[in-house]
Amino acid sequence: MSKQRKAIALISGGLDSMLAAKTIMEQGVHVEGINFFTGFCVEGHTHAIREKDKAKPKRNNSLWVAEQLGMKLHIVDVIEEYKNVLINPKHGYGAHMNPCLDCKIFMVNKAKQWIVENDFDFIITGEVIGQRPMSQRKATMPIVAKESGADDLLLRPLCAKNLPATLPEREGWVDREKLHDITGRSRKPQIAMAEQFGFDDYSQPAGGCCFLTDKSYSAKLVDLWKSQGHKEYQLDDVMLLKVGRHIRPQPNFKLIVAREEGEGRFLQGYKNEFISMISVSHRGPLALIDGTPSAEDLYLAAQITARFGQGRDAEQVEINVTMIDGSERTLQVKPIRDEDMPKAWYV
Amino acid sequence: MTIETLNARRLLCPLPVIRTQDKVKQLKVGDRLEVICTDPGVMQDIPAWCRINGHKVIEATAGNHEYTLLIEVGS
Ligand code: SF4
Repeated sequence: MSKQRKAIALISGGLDSMLAAKTIMEQGVHVEGINFFTGFCVEGHTHAIREKDKAKPKRNNSLWVAEQLGMKLHIVDVIEEYKNVLINPKHGYGAHMNPCLDCKIFMVNKAKQWIVENDFDFIITGEVIGQRPMSQRKATMPIVAKESGADDLLLRPLCAKNLPATLPEREGWVDREKLHDITGRSRKPQIAMAEQFGFDDYSQPAGGCCFLTDKSYSAKLVDLWKSQGHKEYQLDDVMLLKVGRHIRPQPNFKLIVAREEGEGRFLQGYKNEFISMISVSHRGPLALIDGTPSAEDLYLAAQITARFGQGRDAEQVEINVTMIDGSERTLQVKPIRDEDMPKAWYV
Repeated sequence: MTIETLNARRLLCPLPVIRTQDKVKQLKVGDRLEVICTDPGVMQDIPAWCRINGHKVIEATAGNHEYTLLIEVGS
């Protein structure tokens, strides 16, 4: 009896990786999924924070895909290791701060380590030639295979027929004839396949799978790096970039102002690590102050905090300031006027 | 049977799922794990993860902005 072959499928939660895994499962291969959490994944986060998004709870798409396919899913925390990918991408960034090609190489490399440790035979991805301008081109396919060290253990079932045969095909673990030859940006072939497999309600996020492809998020990340003078970051730093309005009136400090109750509650959790401000004379949002503000800067920050509360038109607003050491004081300020807040302050 | 507790407060999904997954790996079939979280997303994600991986959610409770799930480790 021939050996039961086993493959690990990189699952992003999107349709392509779902179809790739299903294509190989249909051939009798045992497939399990692997999903990497970089800290920038769109899954859940801001939805968990913002009140307005709570009405429609967000599912985790990778878990959903695994459940639909009836396969196990391993979610791997790569937050620490991913820093080097984001800080020093050998192949550079995409349209925003997304180091997609390096990211792909990194993830396939992690999957390669995983198959060695878990005695699996090969790796599947949902890549399609020409699907993405940076990371999914004919020229990048061999780069990912080679630089990840996966070489011909890396099978892309959706476009395999347009690529040289990999080991699983040559060895007959999978039938190349039953693989696909999709190319280009059209989603039609994938949608047709999804229909054929009876998949509906799958996720096709317009902005891709991570915050790094988002223009406004990337601007906040660049601002963070610029202000601290280096690119190192902690998970909390990048989480906070997803929450609130970020306003930088001076290079040495910025405010993170909650936009609603859920964000306020989330920011509360960081009160011990930042100077925080809240209006006590009128209803208003919590603001965290990041950086090294002078006494004058704190006064300006209080005026800005007051501007976002119900006292925005009042002559005077009382702002409570809590320092990192827990000491408190209050400032009486006149809320800053809109016309005195240049657009450039909004990160 | 061991009953362990995992504090996953302040972690946002999928981190509570990842921590649960890593903790369950150290437990034996029939052991129980109580996971305490503040991200409401866990009420969907942890049961989904359990269904996929053959574990059972014995109880899920919510209150005071906290969400607690009691899981029994399956095979
Ligand atoms: S979109 Fe994000 S997760 Fe996806 S390949 Fe690019 S950098 Fe990696």
